[in-house]
Amino acid sequence: MSTPLLAIEDLNVTFETRKGPVRATRDVTWSMGREKIAIVGESGSGKSMSARAVLGLIQPPGRVEARRLEFDGIDLRGLRPRDWLSIRGRRISMVMQDPRYSLNPVMTVGQQIAEAYVIHHGANRAEARRRALDMLAAVHIRDPERVYGTYPHEISGGMGQRVMIAMMLIPEPELLIADEPTSALDVTVQNQVLAIIDEMVTRRGMGLVFISHDLGLVSSFCDRVLIMYAGRVVEECAAADLHKATHPYTRGLLACQPRLGERAAELATLNRQAEWAR
Amino acid sequence: MISVDRLTVRFGSMLAVREASFEVARGESFGLVGESGSGKSTILRAMTGLVPTDGGRMTVDGEVLGKTRGRRFHRVVQMVFQDPYGSLHPRHTIDRILSEPVAIHDLDQPERRVLAALDDVGLGPSFRFRYPHQLSGGQRQRVAIARAIIAEPQILLLDEPTSALDVSIQAEVLNLLARLRRDRGLTYILVSHNLAVVAHMCERLAVMNRGQIVEQLTSDDLHRRQAATDYTRLLMRASEGYDPTLATV
Repeated sequence: MSTPLLAIEDLNVTFETRKGPVRATRDVTWSMGREKIAIVGESGSGKSMSARAVLGLIQPPGRVEARRLEFDGIDLRGLRPRDWLSIRGRRISMVMQDPRYSLNPVMTVGQQIAEAYVIHHGANRAEARRRALDMLAAVHIRDPERVYGTYPHEISGGMGQRVMIAMMLIPEPELLIADEPTSALDVTVQNQVLAIIDEMVTRRGMGLVFISHDLGLVSSFCDRVLIMYAGRVVEECAAADLHKATHPYTRGLLACQPRLGERAAELATLNRQAEWAR
Repeated sequence: MISVDRLTVRFGSMLAVREASFEVARGESFGLVGESGSGKSTILRAMTGLVPTDGGRMTVDGEVLGKTRGRRFHRVVQMVFQDPYGSLHPRHTIDRILSEPVAIHDLDQPERRVLAALDDVGLGPSFRFRYPHQLSGGQRQRVAIARAIIAEPQILLLDEPTSALDVSIQAEVLNLLARLRRDRGLTYILVSHNLAVVAHMCERLAVMNRGQIVEQLTSDDLHRRQAATDYTRLLMRASEGYDPTLATV
């Protein structure tokens, strides 16, 4: 069997608090190849923490423990900061939710994209600028020359998210982690941004971890779905089979959303069971 | 109950709302749907006097709205905002947050009213002396709803009341809002970017795009996918999930 792109076994992220340890993820196990995988759950379910642990972004007092945490055969546990340099941003990169907070406000967007290329490929500035312009065109920005010189506050949310995707893809990573990349966007813009991610993943053969709270969206966009509740993966299924999910939490999540075409006097509500979190 | 006639709102050179007109009957729930910047929230803010208008006429319960809103207006109309973290005073207890409208409107029996309002929104008396930071997002939104209904208004203006909440909590809050309307005969205007939420909560709705109402339809039309404009059809398809054929729009 070939080495999986990402292999996680019994990942536990724990935070020490005054009230005792809080377990953000509990025995999370999954592995993936070059495919589109979704992690779905409500706030506090541990979906973002799992992704942050993969990138080594959990800061003390947070603690990461895992039986296995491997990217392309490289053990990520206890990697030294200098070892991370060749992985984080270069081979695994991450798109965050809101471009307004994740882009540098005092640098033009073009410089930020070019910087990512210079850092990871050691190119000169002219070459980096050319690549950044190509990348802006690749994420379907109409006038790359003009947008290159704008600051983040001068562009819309949808454009900001495309800029961020361009910045994350310019080092040509093998794995892209996207944490709610379209939640801050309007539905019509959301489609455009997803199409760009889809195109990049397919064309470059990247792996994608797509973190979302939107079951309808991931079932139409990803290949496989992991559903998290209270730090645990409670169910895993093919995206196309999400409607056949069996865990009561997944079923509850599917049932409590209002849907066009289905009139209901009252929405179903989740009856949380203590045993789901056990 | 509510009539908005050719309402126009301008921010500098930007036309935020352009000649928007609609009417809402007593006891009806009316939705305003659109993407960010479409002007849907601005209409609510213009009604409550939070932004100045540049033309048009608004009447509520037979009275024409002028430049300012007085106590009588707020006795009839209350608003619930999107962000339950930003709309409650962080240093006031729930008791103080709920007592304020009671005092403003000179209502009797403040204690009984506070307890009744907490009960109405499903929180119970144990929440009375807590602070907002001790509550979850859904609980805070329940407090915001309790604050809106405690002075027994007839109209609630709801600005994206559940878009900051998880879907399971959204279902609980929407059910609460539907029950309150049924029990008290309230009139709602619900602003949301989520078509399914509006179709579930409202009888009729207006779709807005770039400051204009492009279409008014019933939620039955929406459920049957009978929209008259391309824009509404685009919104409907885009909200169903990922559809690569829409990406070129």
